[in-house]
Amino acid sequence: MHPAPSVIIFTTLSGLGFGLLAFLCLGYPSAGGIVGFIFFAVGFTLAIGGLLSSTFHLGHPERAIKAFSQWKSSWLSREAWLSLFALALSGIYALGRIFFDIDLAIIGFLSAFFCVATVFATSMIYAQLKTVPRWNSRITPITFLTFSIAGGALLAGQISMALPLLALSGVIQIVSWISGDKAFAKSGTNLATATRLTSNSNEIRSFESPHTGTNYLLQEFAYRVGRKHGAKLRIIGIILAFGMPIIFLSIPFSHLIALLAVISHIVGIFVIRWLFFAQAEHVVGLYYGKR
Amino acid sequence: MKDQPYLETSPKVSDEVKQTTCYMCACRCGINVHLKDGKVAYIEGNKDHPVNQGVLCAKGSAGIMQVNAPSRLESPMMRVGPRGSGEFKKISWDEALNLAVEWLKPLRKKAPEKLAFFTGRDQSQSFTSYFAQMFGTPNYAAHGGFCSVNMATAGIYTMGGAFWEFGQPDWDYTKLFILFGVAEDHDSNPIKMGIGKIKERGAKIVGVNPIRTGYNAVADEWLGVTPGTDGLLILSLINVLIKAGKIDLEYLAKYTNAPVFIDPGTGLILKDKSEKPLVKDRITGKVCAFDTKGIYPDLNATYRVRGATSTTVFHEIIKKYISSEYDPEKVASVCGISAQKIRALANEIAKVAFEEEFELPIEWTDFRGEKHTSMKGRPVSFHSMRGISAHSNGFQTCRALHILQILLGTVEVPGGFRFKPPYPKPSSIHPKPHFKVTPDAPLDGPHLGFVHGPEDLALDENGKPVRIDKAFSWENPMSAHGLMHMVISNAYAGDPYKIDTLFMYMANMSWNSSMNTSGVMKMLTDKDEKGDYVIPRIIYSDAYSSEMVAYADLILPDTTYLERHDCISLLDRPISEADGAADAIRWPVIEPDRDVRGFQSVLVDLGARLDLPGFINEDGSAKYKDYADYIINHLRKPDIGPLAGFRGDGSAVGRGSVNPKQLESYIENGGFYVAHIPEEAKYFKPWNNAYQNWAVELGLYDTPTPYIFNLYSEPMRKFQLAAEGFGEHQPPDHLRDQLKAVMSPLPIWYSNEGSIEEDSEYPIHALTQRPMAMYHSWGSQNAWLRQIHGLNPLYVPTKIMREHNLKTGDWVKLSSTHNTIIVPVAEMASLNENTVWTWNAIGKRKGAWALDPDAPEATKGFLLNHLIHELQPSKGDGLRWSNSDPVTGQAAWFDLKVKLEKTTAPKESQPNFGEIKSPVGTGPKNISWKVRN
Amino acid sequence: MTLLPEKTEKKLGLVIDLDTCVGCHACVVSCKGWNTENYGAPLSDENAFGANPVGSFLNRIHSYEVSPADKPAHLVHFPKSCLHCENAPCVTVCPTGASYKRVEDGIVLVNESDCIGCGLCAWACPYGAREMDPVEKVMKKCTLCVDRIYNENLPEEDQVPSCVRTCPAGARHFGDLGDPNSDVSILVEERGGTDLMPEQGTLPVNKYLPPRPKNQMDDTDILAPYLEPIADEPDGFFKWLDKTLDGI
Repeated sequence: MHPAPSVIIFTTLSGLGFGLLAFLCLGYPSAGGIVGFIFFAVGFTLAIGGLLSSTFHLGHPERAIKAFSQWKSSWLSREAWLSLFALALSGIYALGRIFFDIDLAIIGFLSAFFCVATVFATSMIYAQLKTVPRWNSRITPITFLTFSIAGGALLAGQISMALPLLALSGVIQIVSWISGDKAFAKSGTNLATATRLTSNSNEIRSFESPHTGTNYLLQEFAYRVGRKHGAKLRIIGIILAFGMPIIFLSIPFSHLIALLAVISHIVGIFVIRWLFFAQAEHVVGLYYGKR
Repeated sequence: MKDQPYLETSPKVSDEVKQTTCYMCACRCGINVHLKDGKVAYIEGNKDHPVNQGVLCAKGSAGIMQVNAPSRLESPMMRVGPRGSGEFKKISWDEALNLAVEWLKPLRKKAPEKLAFFTGRDQSQSFTSYFAQMFGTPNYAAHGGFCSVNMATAGIYTMGGAFWEFGQPDWDYTKLFILFGVAEDHDSNPIKMGIGKIKERGAKIVGVNPIRTGYNAVADEWLGVTPGTDGLLILSLINVLIKAGKIDLEYLAKYTNAPVFIDPGTGLILKDKSEKPLVKDRITGKVCAFDTKGIYPDLNATYRVRGATSTTVFHEIIKKYISSEYDPEKVASVCGISAQKIRALANEIAKVAFEEEFELPIEWTDFRGEKHTSMKGRPVSFHSMRGISAHSNGFQTCRALHILQILLGTVEVPGGFRFKPPYPKPSSIHPKPHFKVTPDAPLDGPHLGFVHGPEDLALDENGKPVRIDKAFSWENPMSAHGLMHMVISNAYAGDPYKIDTLFMYMANMSWNSSMNTSGVMKMLTDKDEKGDYVIPRIIYSDAYSSEMVAYADLILPDTTYLERHDCISLLDRPISEADGAADAIRWPVIEPDRDVRGFQSVLVDLGARLDLPGFINEDGSAKYKDYADYIINHLRKPDIGPLAGFRGDGSAVGRGSVNPKQLESYIENGGFYVAHIPEEAKYFKPWNNAYQNWAVELGLYDTPTPYIFNLYSEPMRKFQLAAEGFGEHQPPDHLRDQLKAVMSPLPIWYSNEGSIEEDSEYPIHALTQRPMAMYHSWGSQNAWLRQIHGLNPLYVPTKIMREHNLKTGDWVKLSSTHNTIIVPVAEMASLNENTVWTWNAIGKRKGAWALDPDAPEATKGFLLNHLIHELQPSKGDGLRWSNSDPVTGQAAWFDLKVKLEKTTAPKESQPNFGEIKSPVGTGPKNISWKVRN
Repeated sequence: MTLLPEKTEKKLGLVIDLDTCVGCHACVVSCKGWNTENYGAPLSDENAFGANPVGSFLNRIHSYEVSPADKPAHLVHFPKSCLHCENAPCVTVCPTGASYKRVEDGIVLVNESDCIGCGLCAWACPYGAREMDPVEKVMKKCTLCVDRIYNENLPEEDQVPSCVRTCPAGARHFGDLGDPNSDVSILVEERGGTDLMPEQGTLPVNKYLPPRPKNQMDDTDILAPYLEPIADEPDGFFKWLDKTLDGI
């Protein structure tokens, strides 16, 4: 799949933002006043910034409001509602915290729930797609959720929680790569089932594409990462997203070190998300001989 | 839960529909042009049209992009920069025509042959040739010489017609359809419709073609024959069928020259006093003219004449083809087809032709007066065009294919091959070539025709060719379509003489329509020692900014096909089908928005300005206002004009006086006219009295002209005889051996590889074909079609890919004896293992066709033409032999042999020529519009 | 409404005959022409005359090379457009309700005025049947010519999708695949019509008729029963000829 910057930024930032907001709304840390303001500002900036970024890949962003209509069937629509609830409720909670120094615990708890639910809905946009076998797995929401929570813990300065969560996220990511690499073959979809021209997919290949030029489908779906290049990026991603932050958090705390841990984590998640898209193969690629 | 948006399911389709004829290729389908607000909105096939019956190909539907193409020329232009630069200034039509008159008038006065007028994809040849004839130049032809003249000529000499516009398989009854050669071939929609129709019935399709694409891809059986060996394969089929007695003896006896006697001394046909071939009647044993009433000609007869025994053509055929030389085992390795497979095909043919023979309960009477109670069918049919034509052995190969059909008795019978009026038409009633030049006077008759012996050649008193293309000379005696591909090189060489003005229409000679493309560009731009261009003047007419535009001095911009009048005439190449004679028109369904004029109307004007007979009245005034006026009022013979329908008072067909409302009637009728053939005249046309009478009534024949098929070609024997030293017209000595060999009166096969030894360093055959979405089109720059085929890889068989360690996307250096190109490759398994090929004419010159210079057509697309020379490599005999068929002069495109070598990818395919300045700029970036009303 | 209807009154769709399709692209361009001028936004072309032209097309012809172990390789031309699936994943993922499946005939459509151009439906489609228009930025897909098949301004025989009307080889058939007695259903039954990617669970309405077996002639008996020899030199032939001619 084409690794569009808008969706990489969206999933990375909003995942972190909602993760941070969830922690903040549960009172970790329970800072009010200016400190609370900064924490919440970071959370909202990331979450809203991510959501806004996602609209950049829309052909008609001016109609985005219509995306709220199909919550019964569409995960994208559900995500829209859930993010709205999450932002509204955590906004109320944040107002209480920052300006009145009160802990609206029930609202906080609900906010956290909706924040996590939003991340889950985002992940389900991808996980629901049978057309992308690498994504079409329970492990997709698990990675999104652990990333979000681990990142949230990191940003919220909850080092004791962040350390195991980061480690867990790293392990889950590695597991997801291992299973993801086999997913396409395991899905049972191949050029033989795609065309039904033979029962043996080794006996058939795409001869000519329909058009000699490219098209939307190829631009959107037929992205390829070299095997070696991909392996390198995976190592870099794991080290930056989880390895370095764990090391940084394990040495004596300073704000600079914490900042470095956060930056390393975000860059690492960007790399992993880039791979999430770039290494995902859509079954339509079969028709174009792109697999 | 009907929670759905409202949808208008009956929107208005258009304001009006105008019906005309497509010109996106040579197929000439009927189209419905939907207009909104006076603009073309949508094009679809015309359901009532005899050619396409409503369907339409990709090109046809893309016509809207052709009519709106940014590459359309906008006004007459005069060259201001050097030739080839593309620098022009716009001029008015008056200036343009005055200039043309200034150039041409003195030529006509003194030396009309100094004008060479050649038209490319011209569909008005009966008119353009008339102009050339009235001008008085012998130098006229269209593009047949580099297209499929072998097929057409071999067919006409053998049986009075060939495939495509001459005839078609009997789609209603055929059960075995065998396709030889290039797949995406002429007659594109009707063949596709036919394939669909016979597939529905479960008929079998066999493809004989080195390349398994297109029609061959849907064929049930495939024989991946080695290019240039089809003739041998066919003769082997004939061998096997003869040995099994699976030939139609009754058909051969009655309808062919198989029972005709051959003079044992000369090898000519024995004839009676009125020049009618002699046969022996098997019933009475009497020797008489072939058409004597009531006889049954004897295939197995002998006849004592002048002390020697004369045998029949049939004897010669059996003796020749039963020979073990043609055994499948002998030919298998040359053809690249196993002996078993050849036998299997012969077996299939024998089974369908003779075990599945059937009868239609239609009574008919033949020319000998015999009444038949039914029409016997043999449901085997063939089709072939350029694939087997474009070889130096193409003529004899095409002859062989026609002979195979005739031996099977499948021509003009139900289930077999059927002629389309005005065919059948034997070579004997076609004109002979005319070439007598008289300054300030018309030529003595039509240029192109059929020679019947050395006396008909277009030679002067010294035996020198009269025509600039050397058509009808000893080098290629039967060149019935001329040799357009030799015009520029001959004119450049001044051989046989220099010309002054080259006038061309719709012929991309500086690009894909020439062999040796870079050589031709040089010839067009080269100057003599005085600094003048070697070819002094070039006038060119085209609707689009093609590669050729830059090489002309004067541009006469044509209209698009929806802005013009045309007539697709029975005098020329009509749109008839096997069940009816049909012709058609084009008419301006929209008006041009540029300063352009239909080329034929320009010729009408030019003809009048040059005071050409036929173009002016007695008082010197212009005879016709424009081409439409010509179409209505011109008479070729009394009561016969360009269009056959709605003559006289509107009810006369074929023959009739001029009807001023004729075009209106055509428009009302959907742009065409069909005269249906009566039921009893539908088959056995050359021998069927009912057909002969109908054809005379319609004006197709002057009198009934029944004839027998020429298995044995006497005209060829006459040339052979001359080469053997007999007769007053003698060939030059260096051509004797060639003529003796290739003018065999019965089909032969000889290697097409000329001087290139079999184990030479160029072991690979290289072919081209055009993709269906662009076949025969003048519009590959079309915004829609170019997305389908915007570049062309070289397709390489798996074996060669492995040998050279190649992967799809790699690049190779591809070399012939003449030149080298560097191009991308793609693997193909369903391909003869010694053949590479590519799509033709995708590659474009930078700056042409209003494309961006970075367009893939110019950076990755390529032409194989660069590898092909119009002359063969030197044989060491001091002569340069033409790279064409020695019988007809057909350009031997498909004789090309190459070698390849892996190389690093260059930035662009090579050779790459500089950008020519586009006279029309570059097209818009995006297209996103609807015609709204 | 992006919930799929539980049942549609008809299942209109196409049956594509891979045995007959010659790969001419007629349907592709006819479709482009009709649908540029009709339903919704025009089908546009970006860089129409440039280095990298990208237009939206609702129907494209692939070609595949099949190389069976024991027979020569062959090409199959493979037209592909929206299959109007019964269980259309492109519909349920749509966040705005722009994508829907019609209750009356099962045609899957995009209501362009509701389309935000998010592309998710194209992601959900395994067949590559949806393309974002490069200029108009709305999702385009085959409408089964919903503006032709019921269009009272067209003669009845023309009330079929433009690709079907134009197909020269007659390789495309249109009808109600929900009616077991319809011509298309009978064709599918007789010729063993198949679903593409059945494992995706989309239940496509369009069916593909597989190519008939090729290269059967290779199995012809080496003795070639219809080629029983009568002679293999001229004299023998002429003796046979005389005998045979006497019989005529």
